Amino acid sequence: MRFGGLILANLFRKKIRLALTLGSFAVALFLFAFLGVVRDAFNRGADVAGADRLVTINRTSIINPIPLSYRDKILRIPGIKCITHNNWFGGVYKDEKNFFPQFVIDPENQRQVFPEFSVPDDQWNTFLKDREGAVVGARTMERFHWKIGDRIPIKTTLYGGGSWEFNLDGVYHGKQAQDDETQFWFQWDYFEERIPDRLKGNIGWYVLRVENPDESPRIAKAIDQEFANSPYETKTETESAFAAGWVKQFGNIQFLIVSIGSVVFFTLLLVTGNTMAISVRERTAELAVLKAIGFSDRSILFFILGESLAIALVGGLLGLLLATLAIPVLANALNGMLPNLILSPKLLAFGLFTALVVGIASGILPGIGAMRMRVVNALRRV
Amino acid sequence: MVKVDGSGTSSLIQVRDLDKTYHRGGEEIDVLQGLNLDVNQGEFVAFMGPSGSGKTTLLNLLGGLDVPTRGSIRVSGDEITHMSAGKLTEWRSRHVGFIFQIYNLIPVLNAFQNVELPLLLTKLSKAERRDHVETVLSVVGLADRMKHFPRQLSGGQEQRVAIARAIVADPTFLLCDEPTGDLDRKSADEIMRLMEELVAKYHKTVLMVTHDPLVAARAQTTLHLEKGVLVEGRKIPQAIPAGGVE
Amino acid sequence: MLEKLFFGLLLAIAAILALVLILAAVGGIIAGLLAPFVGSVPISYNFRSVRARWTSTIVAILGIAGTVGVFVAVLSLARGFRATLVASGSPGNALVMRAGATSEMMGGITLDSVKVVQDAPGIARDASGPLVTQEVVGVVPFPLISTGTDANVQVRGVSPNVLRIRTFAKIIQGRMFDPGVSELVAGKNASRTYSGLTLGNTVTFGGGRWQVVGVFDAGGSSFDSEVWCDARILNQVLKRPDNIFQSATVHLVSPDSFEQFKDAVTSDPRLNVDVVREIDYYAKQSTTMTRLITILGGLVAAIMAIGAIFGALNTMYSAVAERGREIATLRALGFSPWSVILSFLFEALLISFVASLVGCLAVLPLNGLTTSTMNFQTFSSLAFAFKITFDLLLMGVLFGLVMGVLGGLLPAIVAALRPVAVSLREL
Repeated sequence: MRFGGLILANLFRKKIRLALTLGSFAVALFLFAFLGVVRDAFNRGADVAGADRLVTINRTSIINPIPLSYRDKILRIPGIKCITHNNWFGGVYKDEKNFFPQFVIDPENQRQVFPEFSVPDDQWNTFLKDREGAVVGARTMERFHWKIGDRIPIKTTLYGGGSWEFNLDGVYHGKQAQDDETQFWFQWDYFEERIPDRLKGNIGWYVLRVENPDESPRIAKAIDQEFANSPYETKTETESAFAAGWVKQFGNIQFLIVSIGSVVFFTLLLVTGNTMAISVRERTAELAVLKAIGFSDRSILFFILGESLAIALVGGLLGLLLATLAIPVLANALNGMLPNLILSPKLLAFGLFTALVVGIASGILPGIGAMRMRVVNALRRV
Repeated sequence: MVKVDGSGTSSLIQVRDLDKTYHRGGEEIDVLQGLNLDVNQGEFVAFMGPSGSGKTTLLNLLGGLDVPTRGSIRVSGDEITHMSAGKLTEWRSRHVGFIFQIYNLIPVLNAFQNVELPLLLTKLSKAERRDHVETVLSVVGLADRMKHFPRQLSGGQEQRVAIARAIVADPTFLLCDEPTGDLDRKSADEIMRLMEELVAKYHKTVLMVTHDPLVAARAQTTLHLEKGVLVEGRKIPQAIPAGGVE
Repeated sequence: MLEKLFFGLLLAIAAILALVLILAAVGGIIAGLLAPFVGSVPISYNFRSVRARWTSTIVAILGIAGTVGVFVAVLSLARGFRATLVASGSPGNALVMRAGATSEMMGGITLDSVKVVQDAPGIARDASGPLVTQEVVGVVPFPLISTGTDANVQVRGVSPNVLRIRTFAKIIQGRMFDPGVSELVAGKNASRTYSGLTLGNTVTFGGGRWQVVGVFDAGGSSFDSEVWCDARILNQVLKRPDNIFQSATVHLVSPDSFEQFKDAVTSDPRLNVDVVREIDYYAKQSTTMTRLITILGGLVAAIMAIGAIFGALNTMYSAVAERGREIATLRALGFSPWSVILSFLFEALLISFVASLVGCLAVLPLNGLTTSTMNFQTFSSLAFAFKITFDLLLMGVLFGLVMGVLGGLLPAIVAALRPVAVSLREL
C-alpha cells in the first residue's frame, strides 16, 4: 500500500513523541497482561477442572475426614467410571517458605481419574512397588533441583508429628500449560501405617469420574443422599463448581483487578487520544494541501486512523512481549503463593484487541475532524 | 484571449455570472458579484486587487475548493459547480495543480516523495511514477536534490519543488496563490522565470494571484478584482523608488 | 554464572537510574516550590496557560489522578489486611499450643494439660478462677452474601469466659452464648459478609441447629470474621475426641508476665507445649497473604507509575511543543532559560498536586469498605476493610508530585534550551 509510506513518515515526525506514545501503550499492555495473568491464576482451578469429575467432601467442614469405607458404597451408584481418594498432608520441607501441596494418593486409581498428569511407565512402576515412594510435579522438582532417587524429608505436625522420608521415584507432567505441576504424591498405605490409630481409616476427599457428564447432578445427589444423616455427611459437586466456589472466596480480588484494568484502559485512551489530537492540530495546513491535491476526505481519515493503529499495534506488541519475558521471573518471585502464572494465547489476543480498540478510539475523533476540515479554512492566510 | 465580459468562447475555462457571498457575524458580504472569465490554453493570467477583494476566493472557486453562491464554472466542458464533493475531489486531482504561498511541502517527505504525491492517486506503476517525477524535477532544475528534505532546501528551491508537484500529473491548469510572496527578490525572480518557461515552452495554462506588480508584470495579462468583478489590467501609477526599479 | 552477572549489571543500572530519577524528582519538587519566589516568570502566566489549554490539562490531571488513586487503593487494601491480622490479639494474652505446631489447627492439647497450664504463674485470675480459654477451630462453609456460594468460615469453639480473656472484644448486639448449648455469637464482619449470621437467626451446620444470640466487635481484628461457640459442643459436632482441644489462650497478669509464664510452662515435664504471644501468632498467620498482596500491589503501582510518567511526559512534551512560540517570546523578551524551567516546574507541580488531590478524594469513599478473601494459611475466609490513613494519602500526593515533576522536567529543559530563533520560526 503506497500510502503506508506516508503514514510511516508521519509517525517519525516527532521521534520523542512517538517513543513516549509507544511507551505508554507498552506499559499499559504490560500491566494488562500482568493483571490478566494474576486473574487467570486465581481462576486456574475452575479452568482446568475436568468436566466429568466430581469432588466429594465432608459436608460439615472441608477439613473433616470421610471414612474410606464409603468408597464401596459410592461405587454401587450407577454411572461412575472410577474413583480415587486424597488426603491433604500439609507438611513442611525444610522451611515454611518452601510451601508446595502434598497429597496422599491412591496409586491404583490415580492415573485413571487424573489422566492429565502423565508419569513415565517405568517410574510409575517403581513407585507402585515402593511403599516409601513419592512422585512429584515437574515444577517443584525443578524448584528444589531434586533428582530421581533423592530422599526427601518432610516434617508434619498434623498426623502425629515427626519427620517422614520419601524416595523420589518419579516426576509427572501436565498435558496443558495450565495444569498444576507442583504437587507431591505419596502412598496411602504408607500414610495409613504411620498415622495414630485414632486417625486411621479416613480420607480427605473423594474424586470420581462419571461416564456421562450430563449425569453429574443425579450422581452427586445420589451420593449425598446415601450418606445423609450418617456421622459423616457428604457434599458432592462437580470439580468446576468446587473450584469456582473456591475462587469466589477470593471474590473481590477479581473485581479489584478489573477495576484497575479499566482505569488503565481509560487513562491510556485519554493520553493517546490527546496526543493524536495535538498531532493532527499541528498538521492542519499539510492535510489541507493533501486535500487540495486531490486526496479524498475519507483518505485523510484513514491516514490518521492508520497512524494511531500503527502506534497501538507496535506499542501493544512491545508491552506484551515484555510481559512474556517478565512473567516467568515474577512467577519465581512469588514461588508457591500462586499457581503457575502463564500468559495464555487467549490473553495475548485479548490484549492486542484492546490495544487496537484504543488505537481506533484515539484516532477517530481527530481523524473525523481532519476529514471534515475545509481546505479553504485551513489555508486561510495567517 | 482572456475575456472578462462574458463574451469569450474559451473551451478551457469559462466562468459566467459567478457570485460568492459570505455570512460573517450576522452580516452578508458579497465578495464576487456576477464575475465572468474566459481563459484559453497556454495563457498566463495574473489577478491583482486590494486585500480582501476576493482574489483567493476566486482561486478557490476555480480550483473546486469552494462552491459559489450562484453562477457557473466550466473547465474543459465540465460544469464543476454541479459536482458532488467526492467527484470534485477526483476532478481536482486530474485537472488542477496548486501552488501556495507557504505550507506547500510535507516536511517529513523528501523532494521526490513530495512530488510523487499527486501520482499516488493515479493507477501508474512505481516505475512510471518515478519516470514522471524525475522528469519534472529536471524541468524545475532540481534533479540533483531529489532526496533532500524541505528543511534542507532554500525557500526558492522549496517553491520549485512545489511547482514540480503541481505539474507532475499534467493538470489542465495551474492555480498559484502568491507563489513568490514568501521569497526574496532573487528567488522570486527564479520562480517567475520558471513560470514563464512553463507557459512558453510547455504550453501550460497558469492563473496566478499576486499583490506584487513586478510579479504580475511577468504574466501575459493582468486582471484586477474590483467590486466583485474582474477588470482588464490598466497601468496604475506607482511611486518609483529613487534608486530605480530593482 | 553469566546469568548472575547479567542480572547484577541490570540491577546496577536500574539502581543508578532510580537514584538519578529520585534526585531529579526531589530537585524538581524543591525548585518548583521555590519558583514563585525565585523565578522571574509570574505565576499568573501558569494559571492562565493551564486554563487556556484546559483539555490537555484535564487529560494530564486524570492520568495522574487515576494512578494515585490506584496506588492509594491498593496499598490501603494491603494495609487493611495487615491491620486486621497484625492487630489481632493482645500483648497481654499468650497462646499455648502443642510443641512444634505452626498453627492452632495442627495443635492438640488435652484437658489435663490445660489444667496444668492453669496453675502456672503469671496468669490473671478473677472470681471464677484462672482466665484461660481452651479452644478448637473448625472451618465451616457458609454462603457469602455477595455471591451466594460457600466460603469457608472460621468457627472457633471457646470457653464461655472468653470475653474476659480477649478483653478487646465486646458484645454489641444480643448476649454471649450460654455454656453447653447450641448457641453462637458472630463477629461483626462475619455477620456482614456471610448469610444468616444475624441476631435471632438459626443456622445449620454439622448436623445441628445453632441459634445466633449475639454479635461481637473485636476491634477490627481477624476475630471479627469468626463465629464463636462453646468448644465442647463444637468438638462433638466436628467428631473430634472429647477432651482434646487445639490451643489454649491465657490472659496474663500483665504483658511483662509473659516470660515468667512461658518459662514455667515450657519447663514443666508434664507438658510438651510452645508458648507465643497472641499478637505474634496472628501476625505470623498473615505473612503469606500480606506478602502476596504487597508484592502484587506494589508491582501494579510501580507499573502504573511508569505508565503515568510516560503519560505525563507525553502531555508535557505536547504542551511544550504547542507553546513553543510562547516560550521563545518569553526568552526573546529576556527571561533566562532558568526562569522558564522554574516556571514549567511550578506548573507541573500545580497540575500534579491538583491531580493527586482528585485521586485521593476519589478513593476516600473506599475507606472502611469491607471485602473478604481467603487466607491460605488458615484455609478460611477473612473479611477485612480498606484502611486509608493520613500518611497513606500523603504518600499518594507525594507519588503524584514525583510523577508530575518527572514528566514535566525533561520537556521544560528541552524547551528552555532550544535556540530562540528556531522556536520563533515554527509558525
